[in-house]
Amino acid sequence: MKKKLISSLLCATMVAAALAGCGTGAVDSDDVKTSDGADTTVKESTTGSASEENTAENTSTEEGKVLNIYCWNEEFKTRITDHYPGYEEVDGTTGKIGDVTVKWTITPSDDNAYQNNLDAALLKQADAPADEKIDIFLVEADYALKYVNTDYTLAVIDDIGLTEDELANQYQYTKDIVTDSDGVLKGVSWQGCPGAMFYNRAAAKEVLGTDDPAEIQKYVSDWDTFNKTAATMKEAGYSMISSVNDTYRVYSNNVTSQWVVDGKINIDENLMKWVTDSKKLVDAGEAATYELWGDDWKKGFYPEGNVFGYFGPAWFINFSMAADTEGSIGYDGGWGAVEGPQGFFWGGTWICGATGTDNVTLVNDIMRQMTTNENILTEIVVDDDDFVNSKPAMENMAADTSYSSQILGGQNPLAMYCAGADKIDLSNLSAYDQGCNEEFQNAMKNYFEGNTDLDGALELFYKAVVEKYPELTY
Amino acid sequence: MKKKGNVVRYNKWGYIFLIPFVMVYVVFQLIPMVTTVYNSFFENYMSGLSQVGPNFVGIENYRKLFSSGDIWVYGKNTLIMWLMCFIPQIFLSLLLGAWFSDVRLRLRGSRFFKTVMYLPNLIMASAFAMLFFALFSEGGPINSLLMQIGIIDTPYKFLSNTWSTRGLVAFMNLLMWFGNTTILLMAGMMGLDTELFEAAEVDGATSTQVFWRITLPLLRPILVYVVITSLIGGLQLFDVPQILTNGTGDPMRDSMTLIMFLNKHLYSKNYGMAGALSVILLLVTGILSLIVFKVTGNDKRKG
Repeated sequence: MKKKLISSLLCATMVAAALAGCGTGAVDSDDVKTSDGADTTVKESTTGSASEENTAENTSTEEGKVLNIYCWNEEFKTRITDHYPGYEEVDGTTGKIGDVTVKWTITPSDDNAYQNNLDAALLKQADAPADEKIDIFLVEADYALKYVNTDYTLAVIDDIGLTEDELANQYQYTKDIVTDSDGVLKGVSWQGCPGAMFYNRAAAKEVLGTDDPAEIQKYVSDWDTFNKTAATMKEAGYSMISSVNDTYRVYSNNVTSQWVVDGKINIDENLMKWVTDSKKLVDAGEAATYELWGDDWKKGFYPEGNVFGYFGPAWFINFSMAADTEGSIGYDGGWGAVEGPQGFFWGGTWICGATGTDNVTLVNDIMRQMTTNENILTEIVVDDDDFVNSKPAMENMAADTSYSSQILGGQNPLAMYCAGADKIDLSNLSAYDQGCNEEFQNAMKNYFEGNTDLDGALELFYKAVVEKYPELTY
Repeated sequence: MKKKGNVVRYNKWGYIFLIPFVMVYVVFQLIPMVTTVYNSFFENYMSGLSQVGPNFVGIENYRKLFSSGDIWVYGKNTLIMWLMCFIPQIFLSLLLGAWFSDVRLRLRGSRFFKTVMYLPNLIMASAFAMLFFALFSEGGPINSLLMQIGIIDTPYKFLSNTWSTRGLVAFMNLLMWFGNTTILLMAGMMGLDTELFEAAEVDGATSTQVFWRITLPLLRPILVYVVITSLIGGLQLFDVPQILTNGTGDPMRDSMTLIMFLNKHLYSKNYGMAGALSVILLLVTGILSLIVFKVTGNDKRKG
């Protein structure tokens, strides 16, 4: 009897465990399809109203109650919390604007996780209930076109309703990045990230005899003089740049053709120039091949690293160069900024409206307030040290003599950034940029280090790109 | 009559209790395996946000894999790194195993040492790889140490040279797995009949003779098992070189293993190519497992 009791108890546990698994599965799939079963009472009302909205959307302006925002870090959330009028924070991942709940879905970019998650959600967008549809998602420049060139993003002017006049003050390059192949603008940004070259003032004084930005610019005004200066620096025991990957962005922002032409991989002349220039620098010991953000690469943030310069935008010098660590060059205000050989940008976040959103008016207002309202933008500059996407606001700050950067030894670099931002031309972006840029640098590292010749490195590059984008040929 | 009925009834419970395992196995192992084989015959990947395929292409994926020659190169890399790790490992483990199981030596604290040797295996491979990446970087402690002693005067780029990279991968795997192998071999050695050793002692055999003439031949089934399971594990070498080389398999993909190559196809969600590669690995592993099964099975029949 006892045995029987135990065995039947065991059986019950086992059956329960086994069925628990498929039980939830069954409810889940029901939930999506018909929304009946266990949670009818909860779901009924929302799905009911959602389907009404779907049909009503064309005729009335009834808006959804949930705004879904997909992004990869806290930055945009902080900006909205601090500067968007009427936003109340509820908890870490939710907020409220009026009676609309704002839901943040934050997935880190590591290992492509953000894009994988966003892709999966976008592909299901058409069938998702209204409250689960993505309303806003953020993109970075490297892969913006992947989304912009599809119907998953809304046109900023035609669909969302911002006007061309409102956007007139934004820097042209920030629009180039999110303009699709038919010339339609599909996103907006509140930031500009034009870059400059930062040089070590002490090294400049020691080797070149001056640390005046205007004089230093003459030593790096184009790539030939830049490379000549590199040789001088080497003699004095400094490397010109920490890694050849530092200059990659500068070359790649100034290409005259796209990575992919008619389905064939195409390597631009300026990138080949990066390869030849960099090979010379590495062979002469004037620069190394470190990967960005590695410890070896960061050595030059400190005087004993003996690095002459880095390339970067405002956020780089303000937040990434160990300026708050005692003993670093930035801590003692030891950097200077010059335009460098060519204009470039690094970073930036763009806001895109997702097709199928049920909150067009709110999306419109967020875009308008956050990227065109000059008061808010000026607030962002002052509070957050960001470089904002508004020519007049930035030019005012640049002319302001009271503004100066401590890290740069009292220099006001904004005028330089502004000039740089105007010069950037990004009409040659393609949807393949992220993968191609990454693999190009990886492959060329082997050439620079002498593990293969140029042809071998190119072969490796082609192979790696075709693995990432099987539809391409070379 | 009645008793027989009872046996049948109890057997039934056996099957019923197997249901949870079988269900989990079918859902998480068998179905994915079958769909992998099925997918390997299709062209099926994502280009940005648009899906290409699935189009049936027959054995095109397999043809591509073999005709480009990549699979041989990465297979060779994998085997080289496995050999570089396994040969020293088996010597070390045999030696340690023989010492610890030798009744005449009576080493003390064998339990303690067993634990210590096994410890590296508990560290996550990725953390271990990160550690080595930092240790052997150009400005890392190993380079400054070597420079201070005066062996080299410029930093040696460990991760930019084929053999030092492969060597590091092999060395890390050796550190992580020699404890495991030692414990397996030790268990095998302690299971051997002590009478044989005593008889050898009486006959005046030296310990070298005992090792080569008695221990090794008797240990053969365990040795074969260790070799094959290590080979199967070696074929799936992934985490250490992936983290150490940041997924590039640098220099010139000389440290890229088969599974790292498989991982490369996941960027475009290329189920066809990745599937084909997985099927090939499945076949190779299957054959190797069969060998283990045969060898250990034979042993049982004899014993």
